[in-house]
Amino acid sequence: MSENRIKVLIAKPGLDGHDRGAKIIARGLRDAGYEVVYTGLHQTPEEIVATAIQEDVNVIGISSLAGAHMYLFPRIIELLKEKGADDVPVFGGGIIPEDDIPVLKKAGIKAIFTPGSPVSETVDWIKENVIAQ
Amino acid sequence: MFTEESIARVAERHQEWDKLLAKRLEKAPERLERFSTVSDEEIKNIYTPEDISELDYEKDLGFPGQFPYTRGVQASMHRGRLWTMRQFAGMGGAEETNARFHYLMDHGETGLSTAFDMPTLMGYDSDSPMSLGEVGKCGVAIDTLADMEILFEGIPMDRVTTSMTINPPAAIMLAMYIATAEKKGVSRDQIGGTIQNDMLKEFIAQKTFMLPPEPSMRIIADTVEFCTKEVPRWNSISISGYHIREAGSTAVQELAFTLADGIGYVQACVDRGLNVDDFAPRLSFFFNAHVDFFEEVAKYRAARRMWARIMRDRFGAKDPKSMLLRFHTQTAGCSLTAQQPYNNVVRTAYQALSSVMGGTQSLHTNSLDETLSLPTEHAVTIALRTQQIIGEEIGVTNTIDPLAGSYFVESLTDEMERKALDYIQKIDDMGGILKAIDVGFPQKEIADAAFNYQRQIDEGEKIIVGVNKYQMDESLKVDLLTIDPVVEKRQRQRLAKVKEERDSAKVEACLKAVEKAALGTDNLMPHLIEAVKSYVTVQEICDCWRNVYGRYTDPGMF
Repeated sequence: MSENRIKVLIAKPGLDGHDRGAKIIARGLRDAGYEVVYTGLHQTPEEIVATAIQEDVNVIGISSLAGAHMYLFPRIIELLKEKGADDVPVFGGGIIPEDDIPVLKKAGIKAIFTPGSPVSETVDWIKENVIAQ
Repeated sequence: MFTEESIARVAERHQEWDKLLAKRLEKAPERLERFSTVSDEEIKNIYTPEDISELDYEKDLGFPGQFPYTRGVQASMHRGRLWTMRQFAGMGGAEETNARFHYLMDHGETGLSTAFDMPTLMGYDSDSPMSLGEVGKCGVAIDTLADMEILFEGIPMDRVTTSMTINPPAAIMLAMYIATAEKKGVSRDQIGGTIQNDMLKEFIAQKTFMLPPEPSMRIIADTVEFCTKEVPRWNSISISGYHIREAGSTAVQELAFTLADGIGYVQACVDRGLNVDDFAPRLSFFFNAHVDFFEEVAKYRAARRMWARIMRDRFGAKDPKSMLLRFHTQTAGCSLTAQQPYNNVVRTAYQALSSVMGGTQSLHTNSLDETLSLPTEHAVTIALRTQQIIGEEIGVTNTIDPLAGSYFVESLTDEMERKALDYIQKIDDMGGILKAIDVGFPQKEIADAAFNYQRQIDEGEKIIVGVNKYQMDESLKVDLLTIDPVVEKRQRQRLAKVKEERDSAKVEACLKAVEKAALGTDNLMPHLIEAVKSYVTVQEICDCWRNVYGRYTDPGMF
């Protein structure tokens, strides 16, 4: 199994338009050899989960910088469970206050990357935590 | 400014110095292989008269308040009046934001600036499924005039100017502001303020979009035309580079794409038959103040000179007011770090200083906690005090444009102008800014620059103190502002009550009138004012537009 076959969905849930980080991560992961699907902006949790299932991705990265992560992130986990796709790990990034991180982790988000994390941190995390099918 | 002879003598001395330096560097090399700005523009070891030998004081600089306005848009600049200290504020509901407005005014703030929540910015009401989890989170929620009335409770709308940072529904917010003022007995020709109303940079950078580019431009032209005739103190568009920079552009790209957007708006209004000198004086600009001090000062100076020449030479403006690039500045949100957050106070102060020395008309200084959440009252007070220290304590406002004549700053100003004009030429060759956006040109240029900068950070080529150098083990001990979930509930309740109490036949008639104007060529503004006075909601109007014009969706390039 080559790790290069790992397929990543980068998604922007909600109305937030800050896509600088999501796009940098998408590009960085692509340069690291992963297959990357980017949803574009303004996706509902339902749309993101549908795309993840349709594209048969191995991992989902979600980004939020406008304060709605406490609703949107857990909602995506909930929908993945409903669709029986909760074996797909989800990581998050953006403006996430420190106090929110344990709550999100408890809700099922596997890792949170906050501003200042180098791209390599996400690349390495995927390498260690995601298995290609 | 120099004679050929004097330049030749300087060149000789320069060669001697190069030899001296070479000897020195043999013993002790420079700290870096390459010195460059945060935008990756290479900077030389020294600047001399040779670098500005072509500079013509009268033609290229002039005096403040005189063409080409490189040294400032007013004759007296900050010696006459300091810039407007305008802190962007908005959180939760109208009640909370109104309280913050009063707090800021009580502490010496001189103008208001409104931040809206994401649903309002995108044209959704608080009861929409699209708004779940987002109501009041990053600004104030406004659904109907009832909210606007609370927001400006106790604010003297004939004396205070208000900036509203909103784009797709900007015309609706202006309509609400006019309606609120008129209810207080303040007529529309007395109010002053700004709506951002700059959709081009939304497609390019901030991505708060709703309708496709062409109808977006039509609505903007409607607001410009209406303000020209009826709201003479209103700045109808705030042509914004801020978000372009936040999306990761270089300083040159920020300058170039902002002025290209400006050209797009002026052209659209001229195409509709407006006389350039009737509307151009009310166009204003909004720039970022990033961390590279001299590059930023050069950017503001180049922007003024470029806009003056564009307005005079390209659009044939005759009124000097049409040629003035008046601008608001905000320090760079993207430069703040979650790590060691108190360092952000220092960063913000230097950034603010660059905008003051670059001749800004208005300034927002970020609070130290803004990379984590909306600012607390304590943090926003330090940010406001930073401006007051710059304005009244440290002496930089004693003279106008103090960096003029610096070999480095003048050379950098020329360089910024030259490179930005190259971009504008490229965009002209593509057929204008709408075509350039359509093929994703500015978007791609910015994404490339953002990626390059991140690579430089990751590789330690560029330093961010506390992030990739001088890190500390710390847990973040900053008090954060949180938005009570009660806001969302209260907002929905108020909306339900308004919907129940309003005259539904009138609402329907108003929406019909908006639709008819949207399908035809009638100016939308009078219809919007009627509609909001009848408590039609933001989303009802936006849904009407979405039905008429369709939606714009993100092409999702990366």
